[in-house]
Amino acid sequence: MTEALEIRNLHVAIEDNEILKGVDLVVKQGEIHALMGPNGTGKSTLAKALLGHPDYEITAGEILFKGENIIEMDVDERARLGMFLAFQYPVAIPGVSVANFLRTAINAHRKAADPEDKGISIPDFRTLLKAKMDLLEMDHQFAGRYLNEGFSGGEKKRAEILQLATLEPAIAILDETDSGLDIDALRIVADGVNSLAGPDLGVLIITHYQRILNYIKPDFVHIMLDGRVAESGGPDLAEHLEEHGYNWLREKQSKATAG
Amino acid sequence: MSAKTVSRAKRVVRKKTAPEFAFNLEDVKAISAAMGEPEAIAKGRMKAWERYAALPMPTLKDEPWRRTDIRTLPADRVELKAVDNAAVDEGLLEPLLGEEHGSLLLLRPGHEPELRADASVEQQGVLFTDWAAAVRDHGDKLGDYMGQIVRPEDGKFAALATAMAQDGVVLYVPEGVQLEQPLHSILWAPGAGNVYFSRVLIILEAGASATFVHEVASPTDEEGEAVHVGIVEIFVGDGASLKFVELQNLGEHTWNLTHERAKVGQSANLDWIFGAVGSRLTKNFSDIDLLGEGSNARMSGFYFANGRQHLDHDTQQNHLAPHTTSDLLYKGGLIGNSRSVWQGMIYVAPGAQQTDGYQANRNLVLSKTARADSIPGLEIMADNVRCTHGATIGQLEEEPIFYLMTRGITRPEAERLVIDGFFAPIMERIPFEGVRKRFAEMIDKKLGTDST
Ligand SMILES: Nc1ncnc2c1ncn2[C@@H]1O[C@H](COP(=O)(O)OP(=O)(O)OP(=O)(O)O)[C@@H](O)[C@H]1O
Ligand SMILES: [Mg+2]
Repeated sequence: MTEALEIRNLHVAIEDNEILKGVDLVVKQGEIHALMGPNGTGKSTLAKALLGHPDYEITAGEILFKGENIIEMDVDERARLGMFLAFQYPVAIPGVSVANFLRTAINAHRKAADPEDKGISIPDFRTLLKAKMDLLEMDHQFAGRYLNEGFSGGEKKRAEILQLATLEPAIAILDETDSGLDIDALRIVADGVNSLAGPDLGVLIITHYQRILNYIKPDFVHIMLDGRVAESGGPDLAEHLEEHGYNWLREKQSKATAG
Repeated sequence: MSAKTVSRAKRVVRKKTAPEFAFNLEDVKAISAAMGEPEAIAKGRMKAWERYAALPMPTLKDEPWRRTDIRTLPADRVELKAVDNAAVDEGLLEPLLGEEHGSLLLLRPGHEPELRADASVEQQGVLFTDWAAAVRDHGDKLGDYMGQIVRPEDGKFAALATAMAQDGVVLYVPEGVQLEQPLHSILWAPGAGNVYFSRVLIILEAGASATFVHEVASPTDEEGEAVHVGIVEIFVGDGASLKFVELQNLGEHTWNLTHERAKVGQSANLDWIFGAVGSRLTKNFSDIDLLGEGSNARMSGFYFANGRQHLDHDTQQNHLAPHTTSDLLYKGGLIGNSRSVWQGMIYVAPGAQQTDGYQANRNLVLSKTARADSIPGLEIMADNVRCTHGATIGQLEEEPIFYLMTRGITRPEAERLVIDGFFAPIMERIPFEGVRKRFAEMIDKKLGTDST
């Protein structure tokens, strides 16, 4: 069955400032969506609110995932239900190796599915991790490094996709995973995402640039302006943006409100 | 006639100082006689007792004791007696490394010491035995060190332990001997109403090397209080190398007062690691004297306190010769109403040029009612040195926890990962899986009992 993430009239406030002002968006498994928009319009806010960041207060609207309203769900429950966020700014966890962290995450998923589960065996885990690292052309020594600590910008982004590849969610939100990647890394990461894409994965790519969309072809492109999805269309919408910027859309909006 | 009620406010008498221990010189003589000690050592005990009697109980007015209040120390309510519960915690007896046992010495106050010796140790001329056997048979060899490293003048409790100690460990490694297997000793000190006096003496002659793990442990006893007073003396000869791991896991009814010092010779290395998770209150003095040119010492500490525990570690890195280095890192976690104090001093003597001293104390305070104090200090009498220090006190941050939870990890597990990560730099310095595991289990237990 094809599951979906459905966002309806979502309003989100941070410390009483309304950042999202009624977002509507549906991402289904098997679809690739791109979300674009100027700086500070609320794209990352949407991403973190979807995962349940405690600072982000949902003042109205609903988030449905696999048919369930997940607003009351804890962050980890949402993740185990199949949501994933590749962070715009991944957080360093000093003293915790990539391998230790990933094994803990895999075991958390397994344990939720089956309370009797004893966890993935060390050899199985090693095999799995090596395969996923090879997919992203990562040096195996990354497994022993402390998570995101001292990682370069590009290494952090690659490590996010490594996590995506390992945890195999139903819906993945990639928040500016392309920024900070060199040309080769962009291709490797895009190839990685493409190899994971398929009927079981829905992807929402937040980006500023057309470039990544040349590699990962979106089915839909949305533009966020001032806390709302102001425009939606096909891949050509991204090309249009690259050429014309956002002003035409702002003008169109103010005309609409004036009229 | 109206009834007249006389009410009198109940007067709370707050003691100004801790009570004295209820021992006397005769007790000291009796202990020495029972152990069959040579004359010189018996005299040393008596002098130490005199010093104990002459020194006042420390109070909050004494600088090293400003943050540690021992007014309610049950000194007059504890006695020397054999431990009842003689069965030692099974986990303590597991090998520290892999499957293989090195030598293990088990001390249970009031009972015969138990030595499970690794034959190769003795063959190499190494002495690893309990205090009584060591002074009886090798008093001559040890006399130059014993009581010369931690001295009765160092403090009231140093004097007391010197006078009263019955339970102790001696490790002597002759010149040039390299011990492969780690040595392990345990002081098992259960019971309420008891007082335990212990001492450890480690001597590595020139060019020797050894690894030694010493544990002091007991289960928490709800019935009453107990006291442990101990000294640890370490001598690392020229070019020798010692790795010494200490674990303090005393029951939460036990007051723990200790003085420790290491003297490090020319081009010698000391790697000193300690972990403290137990006791009601601890006041520990750990000093390093870098005596020989080119000597190095590393001190690594971890502690984790909960409930109403109070752990105070007072360290001194004394650079007394040129080209010496010292590196201290103490990391602590606190929950419940617990409190930690770390007070550290790097001293560089006049003429101890080209020295490099470092000290850092980092605390993770996991509850609103826990508190950590960190007091670094430098006293530098030479001009060509590099000495730096750092201290931090932090809480669990929300962003790392959120990040981990977005991967499906539950909040308690996410917090645990961050806490483990915090201690990782210290854990990586411990070469024993068993020790690391024990510490992880203690944290588990503490996190399970105290809400943060
Ligand atoms: N924790 C916070 N406290 C206060 N304001 C915040 C917080 N997080 C976000 N904001 C504000 O919310 C608005 C939207 O931020 P958000 O990060 O969602 O933008 P974005 O669309 O992702 O921008 P960019 O393209 O630059 O990444 C900004 O004005 C930002 O300053
Ligand atoms: Mg953003």
